[in-house]
Order: sequence, then structure tokens, then C-alpha cells
Amino acid sequence: MRIAFTTKGDKWESMMDPRFGRTEYFLVYDDKSKEVTVYDNTDVQGEAHGAGPRTATELFKLNPDILITGNGPGGNAGTVLEKAGIEVYIGAGQMTVKEALEAFLNNKLEKI
Amino acid sequence: MKEIVVISGKGGTGKTSITASFSVLAGRDAILADCDVDAADMHLLLEPDFANPGDFYSGEVSEIIEDKCTQCGECMKVCHFDAISLIDAKHRIDPVSCEGCGYCTHVCPENAIISRELNVGKCFVSSVKTGTKMVHARLGVAADNSGKLVAKVKNEAKELAVKLGKKYVLVDGSPGIGCPVTSSLTGADFVVLVTEPSVSGVHDLKRLYELVKKFRIPAGCIINKADLNSKTSQSIIDYLKEENILYLGSYKYDLAFTRAMTEGKTIVEWDGANSISLSIKESWEKIKESLL
Amino acid sequence: MKIAIASGKGGTGKTTLSTNLSVFLSETEKVVLVDLDVEEPNSGLFIQGKLLSEHIQYKEIPEWVQEACTLCGECQDVCNFNAVIQLGDSIMVFPELCHSCHACSGLCPVGALPMKPKEIGLIRKYKYNNLDFVESRLNIGEEQSTQLIANTNHFTDENYNNDYIKLFDSPPGTSCPVIEATKGVDYVVLITEPTPFGLHDLKLAVDTMRDLNKKFGVVINRYGIGNDDVIGYCEEENISILARIPNRRDIAELYSRGELLYDKVPEFGSEIISLWNNIRKEVEAE
Ligand code: SF4
Ligand code: SF4
Ligand code: SF4
Ligand code: SF4
Repeated sequence: MRIAFTTKGDKWESMMDPRFGRTEYFLVYDDKSKEVTVYDNTDVQGEAHGAGPRTATELFKLNPDILITGNGPGGNAGTVLEKAGIEVYIGAGQMTVKEALEAFLNNKLEKI
Repeated sequence: MKEIVVISGKGGTGKTSITASFSVLAGRDAILADCDVDAADMHLLLEPDFANPGDFYSGEVSEIIEDKCTQCGECMKVCHFDAISLIDAKHRIDPVSCEGCGYCTHVCPENAIISRELNVGKCFVSSVKTGTKMVHARLGVAADNSGKLVAKVKNEAKELAVKLGKKYVLVDGSPGIGCPVTSSLTGADFVVLVTEPSVSGVHDLKRLYELVKKFRIPAGCIINKADLNSKTSQSIIDYLKEENILYLGSYKYDLAFTRAMTEGKTIVEWDGANSISLSIKESWEKIKESLL
Repeated sequence: MKIAIASGKGGTGKTTLSTNLSVFLSETEKVVLVDLDVEEPNSGLFIQGKLLSEHIQYKEIPEWVQEACTLCGECQDVCNFNAVIQLGDSIMVFPELCHSCHACSGLCPVGALPMKPKEIGLIRKYKYNNLDFVESRLNIGEEQSTQLIANTNHFTDENYNNDYIKLFDSPPGTSCPVIEATKGVDYVVLITEPTPFGLHDLKLAVDTMRDLNKKFGVVINRYGIGNDDVIGYCEEENISILARIPNRRDIAELYSRGELLYDKVPEFGSEIISLWNNIRKEVEAE
């Protein structure tokens, strides 16, 4: 299983980014290989329009099964994620990435 | 650190005056962000020093490099915004009509068209009279008030709040229900809806709350000028109960708001004992409490 | 004659002024009021006329023809608004984000993205006593209000000839929608309040109007609150003050109930009359 996080940095101790469309980074954790991939999304952050769908396609390329974020993606991005079959869990906006993973594993996050 | 966003749909409800009052009450505990792109007025009450100006770019326009252009006319054929015209036997792009779609740049056989990012205004990180910092922007005429500017202003404010170890980020949110207000809401911990008991006020409140709901952010509501129509005010209170929105108080219709503003002050500074000042303090306490 | 009623920000009394002025004028003239505040059309809350007709408005968006597509990715690369994206082996279009520029459609090597009409809003025609009223409403979630405003202007030109006085309730602010809404009007009425906020927003609106080379004048709403700085500014800048609407509690109360004012509050009615006389003078001048 590959779990993606919207984050403000590239470490487990980094804060989560509560935003989806304009998130600074994605951190993807593969729970089998224990590998972590970091994707820099700052390019999209600077888009005037349509940051949501753009970010969603970038995320799609990282091939995650699950996304953990803060508020949850808006309408357009939500459509892409649904189509891509990525499950979305929200409510981790104010945690570190590590805390978010723990919260997810303990079923503390809400699924949308 | 908690982010509080104040929004109201349409203007004229007293949103900015109320946000500025909260800023005074929060004092050094909060970093302020003015995201009201249509009417960035908070600076009129908080005396920022317009420090650290940075250029802000949003959107693009296309430009023809005259030396490279062979006047073939391909660009004009594809532009759907009538932005390209033939003037004195030369193809020209009118920057006001150009939508920045880039279609022309792809069809020009000479690669004679380039896109230029539009400088639409300046962004400041000011010191204000309440002893803290405020992030705000000044947009040029006809600038595109995109969600990007709002995202930038909010982001800088949040980063600053983390760096300086502040408790709150207090945001004067954007008007309407479009892209800017969506950007204002993303990442917020609490939303304050300011409304008034008029037909249009109620109409806007409901439309706006539909949007807030999608973000699943806890919300509270202030009814300003409540006594102008007590029946409608009561129906708003009923609506709040139904929707589980925290009722933050009803303020009287009072010119004191304006009098304070005329002196460049928030009402809580102008007359702390005024009934509205007391109500604002009460609302602020309720907001803080619900964030614990 | 075409007159736009505008303001630097919302909530300054734009709708109150447009509805009252148009109903008042319609007692003696042929008038059409057009609500161009398409994101939040509020005039209809004050004028409950008889619905005459409805006209769905469209914009063009690309539609993906899967069978023809070679998944080359060109469309995603050329769209500057992130309105078309490639997701694995499918192409998705986001109608709300699309600016209808035709780039993806025209540049698709195999013609797999033909442009098709998509609903973006609705224009409704009403009759209220003698007044013609056109309301234009953008669908929720749609972000391209400029296109609908342009459509509505076109609709008004086609449906009402030049014998009509045409009043346009414009969207607030100083960005693209206002510019579209004031295109082609003879005169712009800017409404403001005599407060520091009002003055600040008025200055931005004045700059915009000057940039666009428009003739304009100012109405001061809630006159009596605040200070005289707006008046001072107008005098300095040689801007005509067309009317001063007094600040009164009964006006605020009637407004909150969605009622018209000109026939109920004489002090308001007389300002509407002098406003109209002043507008006429200004438009006919030169
Ligand atoms: S960028 Fe688009 S709108 Fe601007 S001139 Fe080129 S084709 Fe026209
Ligand atoms: S397509 Fe290029 S070369 Fe042809 S007229 Fe336009 S700018 Fe000039
Ligand atoms: S440009 Fe045309 S062929 Fe290429 S991916 Fe897009 S729709 Fe398919
Ligand atoms: S028509 Fe233009 S804006 Fe719309 S999807 Fe195609 S390229 Fe993007």
C-alpha cells in the first residue's frame, strides 16, 4: 500500500499542509518497501487557476492508494481523485507527517 | 497555531471593522492577513508601515516580438478574444483583451510571440499598531483577484505565525463565493460568518455556508445591525441552530462603528464600554474558547 | 442611453439605487434594468415582477472523443488554465475552469476535442408594472462570469432598442467583470459612503474608470455618517456629486425588508429625482 501525505516539508517531522491543491510537497510512503518518496509541488502552488486538478494529476503519477490531507480536496480535484481510485482521509491538517500516519493507522482520520 | 477566517459574502456587513476589532483584542497573539481583495481596507484602521514590499505576479499576457514577426496573420485567426488586430499593417496584441490562453504562441510559425507574467500589484509584510505583523496586498487596476494572491497572503502570514510562535492567524476573508473565498477557507480552523438581517444578507449567508460545509470547518456567526429587523434576526438564529453554527452574538445598529472608523480606530479602542465593543469582546472570547 | 451603477466594493447601496431609480423612471419613460452582478444577482429580491421568458446561456467547452484520441498529451500541455488533464488513459475536462479559448481543440492533432456548448447561466426577462427587468445568474461553481456578462449585454442590445433607458447594476470591485459590465455604457454612477473605507474604495473605482476613459459621477450614500473627506476628494478631483442619500434608520429598515424606498421616504425620493436630472445633464454635456 502506498500512502501519500500533503506536507510542508520532506521529513517525517515536517508539518502536514492542510491544503490539497496548493500543497507544498507530497510525501509518499510505501508500507511494504518502507520507502519514502518526496515530490516538490511548489510549481503548481504558483498557478493562478486550476491548482486542484493540476495537483491531482501530479499525485496520480506518484501512484498512491491513499491520500492523507487536511481539509479535503475541492470539487475539481475531488473528481480526479475519485476517478483515479485514490481513497482520501482528512483531518490531519495540524499534525506532523508522523502523527498523521499514526492517526491513520489507529483509524482516527475521517474518510471521504 | 489556529487560523480564524472572517467572511460575509457581500460587502457592507461590517466584516472588516469586526476583524480589525478582533485584531486589537488579540494584540501580539495574532498575525493578521488581509485577503479581502476587492476592498483591502484593514490597513485604514491598523496603521501598517507598508514594509517589505514584494511584486506579485498572476496570470499572463502574450506579446509579439516585432522583429521576428512576418505578419502572416496566423495568430489573429485563432484568437477567440479579439485581442489581436492589424494596425498600420502590423499585428498587435491588446493586453487588456488578451486572456493569456497562449493559443497564438503555439501557432506562430516564427515563434514570434512570448508570454509575459503580469505584475498585478504589491504584497507587504507590515508592522501594525497592535504590536504585531500584518500581511496585505495592494492590487493594480483591473488585476485578476485570483485565489493565488489569497493563498500567498495567507501562506506568508502562517509562516510568520509559526516562526514567531503566535497563537492565531486572523484573516479578513474574500468576498463572494468564487475562487478567492475558496482559497480564504482552505486550511482554516474556524470561520466567522458576519451577516445582517436583510433579505440579501440571509440569502448570502446561506449560499456561503453551503461552501463552508464542504470544507468541514467549524463556524460561528455574528448578526450585525440585528435590531433593524428583529424578526429576520430571530430566523437567522433558528437557522444557526439547525445547522449547528455557533451563535457569536447580535450587534446593535449603531453609528459608533463609523465614528470610530472616521478617527482611524476600531470600535473597541474608540470606546471600550460601548455596547458593541462589549459584544465584540464576548464574541472573541467564544471563538477562543471553541478553539481550545 | 446606457448607464452603469457601480461601486468599488459590495454593500454600498448599489442595488438599492438601481432598483429605485429604474422603478421611478419607468413611471414616465421606457426603462430596462439589467442586473449584471451575475454571481449574486440581488435586484430581483426588491423587484418581484412577472416572469416573461427564460434564456439559457452557454459557453463552449471541449468534449473528449475517446475513440479518436491517441493520448498524445498535447491538450494538457497547451491549456494555460489546467482545465483539461490527462489521467492515465483518459482525458478529463473541467468546464468551470475552461476559458473557451479553443487551444486544445484546435491543436489536438486528431480532432478528438470538438467544442460543444455548455450551460453557464440563465437570463430571465421580467415585467414589473412599466419596468422591464433582465436578470442574469451564473450557475454555482462556474467561475467565468465575464462571458455571461458579455452575453447579457448582447442580449440587452438585441431585445431593447435605443428608445430605452438602460440601467446596468454592475458587479462590485475593479476587476474584469466590472470592465466587461461597463463596456459600451455612456455614463457610470459610482456609489460610495462618506467614510475612510468608502473613500479608499472610491479612489480605486475612480482610477479604474479613468483608465477605461469613462464619464462618471458619484453618489454618496448614508450621507451624514462619517466625515466630509469624500466631498473634499470629489471637489479636488473635479468629480460631480450627483446625489447625497441621507443616512436614516427608516431607510435601513425598509431595505432590510426588501422594500422599495423612493415612494415611501420623501427625502430619498427627492434625491433620486435630482440624481436623474444630474445624470442627464452630465450625459448631454459636450
Ligand atoms: S494569448 Fe490567447 S487571448 Fe491572448 S492574444 Fe494570444 S490567442 Fe489571443
Ligand atoms: S503568427 Fe507570428 S508571425 Fe504570424 S502574424 Fe502572428 S506573430 Fe506574426
Ligand atoms: S491532444 Fe487530442 S489526441 Fe492528444 S491527448 Fe488530447 S485529446 Fe487525445
Ligand atoms: S478551450 Fe482553452 S481553456 Fe478550455 S480546456 Fe481547451 S485549452 Fe483549456
